[in-house]
Order: sequence, then C-alpha cells, then structure tokens
Amino acid sequence: MEHEAHNPALLHHFADAQQQKNAASLGMWLFLVTEIMFFGGMFCAYLIYRLAYFNAFAAGSQQLSIALGAFNTAVLIVSSLTVVLAVKAAEAGKRKVLVGYLVVTVLLGLTFLVVKGFEYREKFEKHHVPGSTFQFTDTFDDNGKKIPVNPKQAELFFSLYFAMTGMHALHMIIGCGLFSVLAVLAWKGHYTPGYYTPIENGGLYWHLVDIIWIYLFPLLYLISRHS
Amino acid sequence: MASKAASTAIPANQPPKLNYLNNGSSLKSWLLTTDHKRIAILYLISVTAFFMLGGFFAMLIRLELLTPQGDLLQADTYNKVFTMHGIVMVFFFLVPVVPAILGNFLVPLMIGAKDLAFPRINLLSWYLYVIGGAIFLHCMLTGGVDTGWTFYTPYSTAGSNTNVVEAGLAVFIAGFSSIFTGLNFIVTVHRMRAPGLTWDRLPLFIWANYATSLIMILGTPVIAITMVLVAAERLFHLGIFDPSLGGDPVLFQHLFWFYSHPAVYIMILPSMGVISELVACFARKRVFGYKFVAMSSVAIAVFGFLVWAHHLFVAGISLYAALVFSLLSFLVGVPSAVKVFNWTATLYKSSISYATPMLYAFGFIGLFTIGGLTGLILATIGIDVHVTDTYFVIAHFHYVMVGGVLMGYLGGLHFWWPKISGRMYPEGWAKLSALFVFVGFNLTFFPQFILGYVGMPRRYWQYPPEFQVLNVLSTAGASILAVGYLLPMIYLLWSLRYGPIAEANPWGAAGLEWQTTSPPPTFNFDETPVVTWEAYNYDEIPPKELEAPVAR
Repeated sequence: MEHEAHNPALLHHFADAQQQKNAASLGMWLFLVTEIMFFGGMFCAYLIYRLAYFNAFAAGSQQLSIALGAFNTAVLIVSSLTVVLAVKAAEAGKRKVLVGYLVVTVLLGLTFLVVKGFEYREKFEKHHVPGSTFQFTDTFDDNGKKIPVNPKQAELFFSLYFAMTGMHALHMIIGCGLFSVLAVLAWKGHYTPGYYTPIENGGLYWHLVDIIWIYLFPLLYLISRHS
Repeated sequence: MASKAASTAIPANQPPKLNYLNNGSSLKSWLLTTDHKRIAILYLISVTAFFMLGGFFAMLIRLELLTPQGDLLQADTYNKVFTMHGIVMVFFFLVPVVPAILGNFLVPLMIGAKDLAFPRINLLSWYLYVIGGAIFLHCMLTGGVDTGWTFYTPYSTAGSNTNVVEAGLAVFIAGFSSIFTGLNFIVTVHRMRAPGLTWDRLPLFIWANYATSLIMILGTPVIAITMVLVAAERLFHLGIFDPSLGGDPVLFQHLFWFYSHPAVYIMILPSMGVISELVACFARKRVFGYKFVAMSSVAIAVFGFLVWAHHLFVAGISLYAALVFSLLSFLVGVPSAVKVFNWTATLYKSSISYATPMLYAFGFIGLFTIGGLTGLILATIGIDVHVTDTYFVIAHFHYVMVGGVLMGYLGGLHFWWPKISGRMYPEGWAKLSALFVFVGFNLTFFPQFILGYVGMPRRYWQYPPEFQVLNVLSTAGASILAVGYLLPMIYLLWSLRYGPIAEANPWGAAGLEWQTTSPPPTFNFDETPVVTWEAYNYDEIPPKELEAPVAR
C-alpha cells in the first residue's frame, strides 16, 4: 500500500483510490435513498389528501403561478446541465472551467430561491399562509364554473405546499452552500482528474434536489388544473 | 487457518505494546478520534448512561404500581415518566445499543478492514447522538414531555402543553445518527471486505447488521419528516395531522409506524446476529443452514416494512386493510422461526460449553420465542382488539426488547469484552448476574401477560386492588433485574484493572476479529488478512478449555 502514499487524497484505511471512490459513490447513493424516503413521507401525505379533498386541492393549485413555477423549473434544469458540465470539466482537469460552472450553478440556485421568495411573499399578501390569518374565497375553474371549497381543506393544501416547497428550498440553500465550498476548493486546485469525487457526489445531490422539484412542480402547480 | 492463527499469535499474558486503547490518552485523542473502536467505546459510555436514565424511569413506574393508589406520582407526572422511559429506551438505548457499540467495534474487524468506510461520518454520528441526547435531557429538565413515546396526534400537536417540539427534535437528530451508522455499515460491507471474504463467507453478525442498516436507511428518514411535520404543526399551525384543521391523525400513525415497526427489527436483528456467533462458538459447530439464517435477516428487514398497520387495528383502518396486515404480520414469523429453529438445530448433539455469553444466548432463544409467539397472538385481529392497550402488549414487546435485545447485547458484550478491553471478566460473578437477569426479567414481565389478559390497561397510574398481587410480583422482579444490570457494570469496570490479561482468542472462536491481538492495534490488522475458509470453520479450530479464565 505504501506505493499509493503519494496520493494525498487517499485515506489510510482504503487499499487504493478506486476502492475509496467506489465507497464514496455508494455512500452518496445511499444518502440519496434516505432523502427520497424523507420526502416520500410528504408525497404520501399529499397524495392521500389530494384524493380526499380534490376540490380544495384543485382550487388551491389555481392560486399558484404557473409562470413563476415554470420559470423556476427551467432554471433548475439548466442548473443540472451546468453541474454535468462541471463534472466533465473536473474529469478533464480544466480548473477554471470547473470553477466557472460551479459558480453558475450557485447563481442559478440563488435565482430559484429568489423567485421562490417572491412566490412566498405573494402567499402572505393573499393570506394563503396557514394559521390564524388564513383566508380562502371560492374560486372558479377555467370555464368560469364555481368550485365549492372548504377553507380548512384549502388550508391543508397550503400546509403541504409550504412543507414540501419549504423543505425543498432548504435543500437548495444547503446545495448552494455546498457548491460555494466546492468552487473555492476547486479554485485552490484540490481536484484533479485522478480525484474529483466531491464534485461528482455534490453533483448527485444537486440532481436529486432538482428531480424532487421536477415532481413537486406538476403535483402542486399543474395536475389539478384540468380535470 | 491454524497456520494463519499462528502467524498473528502473540505471547500469552502479555498485552500488545501499542493498541487502540493506549495509542493516545488525552481527552482530545478520544473526542476527535476516527477509530471505529474508540467510537464504539464512546457509544458504550453514552448509551450506558441513557440506559441507566431509562432504567431510573422504569423503577419509578414500577414503584408507583406497587400499590393500587396513585401515591408516589401524580397522574401528570406518571404520564411524563412513562413517556420519557419509552423515548430514552427506544431512541437512545435500544436502537443504537448493539449496532453502535458492538457493530461499530466489530464490523471492520470481522471483515478484515482497517476502519469503517467513512470514519469521520462515524464520529459525526456519535456527536449527533450526544446532541440529540443533550436536547432530550434539556427537554426533560425543563418539564419533560407527556405524549407517550409514540407522539400520537392530535394530542401531541394540539393537546399537550409539554415540550413536544424539543423531544421531537431530539428524536430527529438521534435519527440522523442512526442513518449515518447504517450508511457507513452498508458501504463498508460492500466495499471494504478483505480479499477472499465473499458474501457467503460473512459472519452472520455482519449479515444481521447489514439488514439492520437497510432498515435504518429506509425507515429513519420517514420518522424524521414525521417529527418535522408534528413540529411544524405545533409551531406554524400547518394542519396535516390535526382533525380540526382538516388533517388526519391516522395518517400520523401510518407514518410513525412505517418507521417504528421496522425499528423493532433495527433493535432485534443485531442481537440475533450476536446469538448466531455465540451459538456457533459455544456449540463449536457451523451454524445449521448458514444461508437460510443469513437470508432470514434480509427477509425480516423486507417483511418488516409491510406490517406497520397492525398497530392500527383499533385506530379506524378498514377491515380489509387490517386483514392484509394481519396476514403479513404472521409472515414475519417465518424468518424469525428459521433463526430459532436453526440455532436449536446447531445446538443439537453438539458439545456445549456453558460460559456466560452462552447463558445469555439460551436466555435469548427462550425469551425471544415467547415474545415472538405472543406477537402472533397480537397479530390475530380478534384477540388484538381484546388486548390492545393492555399490559399484554407491554409484556409482549418487553419480552422481545428486553428479553431479546438486552440478552443479545449482554451476551455479546461478555463474549467480546476480552477483545474490547484486553481483560477477562470474572466468570463466577458474570454467571450469577446472568441468573439475576433471567429470573428478574421473567418475574417482572410474565405477570404482565396475565395482568393484560385480565384487562389491566397500560398507561394508568392507578388500578383496581385485585391487580395488586401480580403488580407486586412485577415490581419485585424489576428490583432483581436491576441488580442483574448493575453487577456487570461493577465487575466489568473492575476487570479493566484487575481482570486476567486476555489472549488474542480466549474462546477458540472463528472469525477474523479473533486473529488480531486483544485489544487490537489502531488499524486492526498488521497485514490485511486473506480469507480462504468458510465462516464458522469450527472443525478446523482446536477447542479451548473454557472453564479456565476465572478471576483471582
């Protein structure tokens, strides 16, 4: 094992760099599994209540801005692309390109969060935040037909909306922090074509957070609109 | 094998010069260690502290129930005491006890690795445990929590005015400790096995911990999000579980038990792994049906996820759902029975030595069988409706949790104590305390089966006088049990200084952990072992005279 000692990234308890990389990669995938189970609890609650209170969920969904949601979806899809390009740059050993893509990714993530912030502000203004100030008036579908809604059930929709998008936004904040650190370390030259596991694993995390949004967007914004 | 053992043998009665225990003695060298063995010791100390705390609450419960009147505790205090007994014992003792102490110590040793795959995450998981524990202690000292360890809504979200959020946060953080342990074990078993150590040569303790880790990874995040939603409901008035806000409390029970039922297998599976090791060593035979025992661990992990709603038979789920969950609950009995039968078949016509670890193994097999069979009684819907929320349920899960998990843990702790500490424990005292534990345990919990069957409900601080005799028996048993737990704490600490020096392999046991020195060096093996033999090759290992190591 001593002949591997020149690789500073190789930890003492691994036999070689390949074993270390495989371990880190499997560990990351398992962590993603825990994340899926974590969000799974909320998706489960969403599906049950959507079946139980369909009208209220359709009406609540009408109050969300498809334009902002779609814009944010596009932002995240582009950010997934820049993450892939960052991993590719790391593989090729192009340090400046790598740092560039990491920074762009962080900026896209921040864009998402700012837009999300505007959406949340609108919910406060319209009294759609669950709690004692919550108000919900009857809504109309696309054909102008009135949808009768129990405000308590609509409040439940917004409870789930805030729980799910809030937890997702928290993951975005963590992701932006993580990628900022990766960008600094990449700038300092920590990653080489022989060792860029953190970039790869950070990328896996980013993709998962994106994918969760790819499910949240249609479930919260789209599927209740046309029935 | 024999030659392999000889190549790493060390002179008897001489501790290895440099080992993980004497490699640095500063506080920093312990608190910032990434050595899985030292982290196991950190867990041993902190988990034992929580066990004593949970035991203290248990004694308060038993003392209150000594008399039919509520004389020692007020009703509100009693609610808090049984809640905190449950939270401490489940989340801070039973879940981490075997994986985080014995598993942490043994998984890398048993597979011939230098450490777990992620040593720093391993240390992080201990800190998360401690932080979660500290938050819970703070919660306890500032008034405690009274929801029952199950945190059922809407009481936990709208009714209780105790520190529910803080207790939930403690459980949430301790949960991540458990997730990281599981993640570490899975990656380690996949990626770090010594050359030649194929999956069908793995010790059954590894298989058991692997299956446990799967549950930790798949189940724990669900309780984490459930606790977040309960906290959000209390803090921000989200109404996901509160019926007055349109929510559904039964959904809480589904999400809670989706973790908390598999969590029962998080607790029992590692102890089952211990028992497989003990039975093979002290019967000096390969475990009968090795592959079936290995696969039964995985099967228990899988089936364990399909039975949670048997906790909801009286909560208003549909009859058809209840029927399906009843059937699936019976199915879990199959892999559990495979284990019990195969241990028994291993013992059949073998030459058994009755050292202390084996006494605990016998205790486990008997008591787990009672606990498991009463589980089938409870899975039967008609009977469950009759005994739900009675002491029958309490007795059932204490037979599995205390009679099972704790017996496995104590057996394992004695078995590997020479490896962990480099010293032998005093065999006479150990046998005596094993007897105390067995007698005390049965006297405590068997009367509770009868109490429950004749209708004494759980979670009351008073009861009709006709239940007193059985309750007095139970409290008397708990006192004996307490002595049985205190004795090992005393003589194991004593043995650290005065116990005879342990050899590398005092039991003549199979397994890579016995091929390195006692205690092992920091990186476990001087040379990475190469495995060319099957697990439990006891026909190739000369037996030891096991009666010998009695302390002076």
